Amino acid sequence: MTDTVNEREAEEAGFASDLTQSHTLGESIQAYVNRVRGGEMGALPSVLGLVVLFIVFGFANDRFLSNLNMANLLTQSGSIIILAMALVPVLLLGDIDLSAGVAGGVSACVMGVLLVDHGQEWYVSVAAALVTGAAIGLIIGALVAKLGIPSFVVTLAFFLGLQGVTLKLIGEGGSVRVNQEVISGIANSNMDVLWGWICAIAIIAAFAALKLLQHRRKVSLGLQHQPVAVVVAQIVVVAAVLIGVTYVLNQNRSVNPNFPIEGIPYVIPMVILLLIFWTFMLGRTTWGRHVYAVGGNSEAARRAGINVDRIRISVFIICSSMAALSGIVAASYGGKVSTSSGGGNVLLYAVGAAVIGGTSLFGGKGKASDAVIGGLVIATIANGLGLLAQASYINFLVTGGVLLLAASVDAISRRRRSATGLG
Amino acid sequence: MSETAPLLELRGINKSFGVVHVLHDVDLKIYAGQVTALVGDNGAGKSTLVKALAGIYPADSGEYIFDGKPVTVHGPKDASALGIEVVYQDLALCENLDIVENMFLGREKKNGVILDETTMESKAREALTSLSVRTVKSVRQSVASLSGGQRQTVAIAKSVLWNSRVVLLDEPTAALGVAQTRQVLDLVRRLADSGVGVLLISHNLTDVFEVADRITALYLGRVAADVATKDVTSRQVVELITTGHSSDLDGAQSPSTTA
Repeated sequence: MTDTVNEREAEEAGFASDLTQSHTLGESIQAYVNRVRGGEMGALPSVLGLVVLFIVFGFANDRFLSNLNMANLLTQSGSIIILAMALVPVLLLGDIDLSAGVAGGVSACVMGVLLVDHGQEWYVSVAAALVTGAAIGLIIGALVAKLGIPSFVVTLAFFLGLQGVTLKLIGEGGSVRVNQEVISGIANSNMDVLWGWICAIAIIAAFAALKLLQHRRKVSLGLQHQPVAVVVAQIVVVAAVLIGVTYVLNQNRSVNPNFPIEGIPYVIPMVILLLIFWTFMLGRTTWGRHVYAVGGNSEAARRAGINVDRIRISVFIICSSMAALSGIVAASYGGKVSTSSGGGNVLLYAVGAAVIGGTSLFGGKGKASDAVIGGLVIATIANGLGLLAQASYINFLVTGGVLLLAASVDAISRRRRSATGLG
Repeated sequence: MSETAPLLELRGINKSFGVVHVLHDVDLKIYAGQVTALVGDNGAGKSTLVKALAGIYPADSGEYIFDGKPVTVHGPKDASALGIEVVYQDLALCENLDIVENMFLGREKKNGVILDETTMESKAREALTSLSVRTVKSVRQSVASLSGGQRQTVAIAKSVLWNSRVVLLDEPTAALGVAQTRQVLDLVRRLADSGVGVLLISHNLTDVFEVADRITALYLGRVAADVATKDVTSRQVVELITTGHSSDLDGAQSPSTTA
């Protein structure tokens, strides 16, 4: 079908604005401002928050912006981001998984015990950890979907029960050292400088090509599309972030000139791969569409023939499996698995990260990228306060406050959305 | 009595919820190209009948005949496979999704495993165009930003998109203003004129008399009458709804004998 036919048809149908809408950059900026005012803020609060935090901590402590600390911050954020990404599909349904943190802890324990006590290969241990996570998720999902117990209660029970399992596995107060080369390397080894650049450029090129092709196809088919300037701006932002991060991480950040440390820690490409994968799954597949539909209106989804129970079980399986991955990354970073792995404030950090990033606690709204931005905010707070050598009570107070703030922003923007009739 | 066979026919449908017997031997006929109105007071069993048609609550007993052939409908998927589409009173749209996403919900077009957004958007636009829908600004608008009438339009357009043969409309004008009611009734008429069998469930007799070709009245779970709209007056229909019979309407009392 040609452009002109479509345009004529659209005009007849009375939604001509479909095609002319946001043709110019100015109009789309105006549309964006309107969306923000209407409560559709997306990642804006978290990006602004991140900028503010960087400025504050940068002035408060001159080590904060050092290359070494930036690398450390990004590595620290890895397990939080992965756990937050695990929670996004569950939050999209309007459910919660309070046990995700300890599910990751138990899974990492299984890995640790297999590695150390049974001398298994690393891939066997990792697979066992992921299976453990998936099994936990399956049970939670079945209890929530089939028995209809609120997810809050089921996962609270698992939060307590799984800590017992961890204690049983590695004994009271014990810990398992994880120093296997591959596992430990996730957070502690770096990519070759050259490979880092190659990967960064390849991702930028692929992203740009995909965006531009998509845009051209939409234009040629006369479908609704963003103005080309917005597409280019998106590409520029992604390129700038990736090049900036790669540049910083490829500098020598060692304090000892005899032992240079440079290159991108492996956890970062891992997070990027997961981000791409879950963005694809949520945005481009039937499963993802159905997750949003169930989160938006589960009755409508059921009437449309979607198997709501299956979707619900699937998100809990994904959540616990991804939590297992997060537990492995945390074990890699900490060099051990202990009885407190995944307990304490780990889960609240991750929920906070997802909500700060813009995922709604009410369901139906959120993206995998929310977890990345929100996770960076949380990691920055933890890292910055740590550098300022504040008492740990300050850390708890600030993080709790930020979580409350993010949830308030979510609730208020939701009210504004329903008042202005925006999604 | 009628020249053509009904497109969809229910015979002797019974449905109980526990001890409550909601539908007693209900017969219902829906003809292609006609609007059949289903009227009845609250609790007469209209919604239950619609849900039986849509496969949401399968009937306890009775026959379900589609296009002259007996069929079994166990779930919403069976009904939509036959080409039966239900537009619910509460619309059953996901507010967080846009118009295209809602119209294709549960039946997404795919390229391999990837959603085929371009095809879906073009087809959704075609469906809206074919109904001469002029009120929707953009097919990528989220449903939350639409008015009640526009949502109704989207829900009805969904049935056009799927080439439905029977469309059940549950109180489509209940929550609408005057102008929007006008638009939706026009849409209902256009839908029937394109050959679709339409079942209109309504409380509003003005609407019923305006668009319906036939009227089936339910009273306490039984069919009180199945008549052509032109043969009855509004007063008689009110009598049927409230008392289950109308003294001066004996000829049309037992429709099942003519089937």
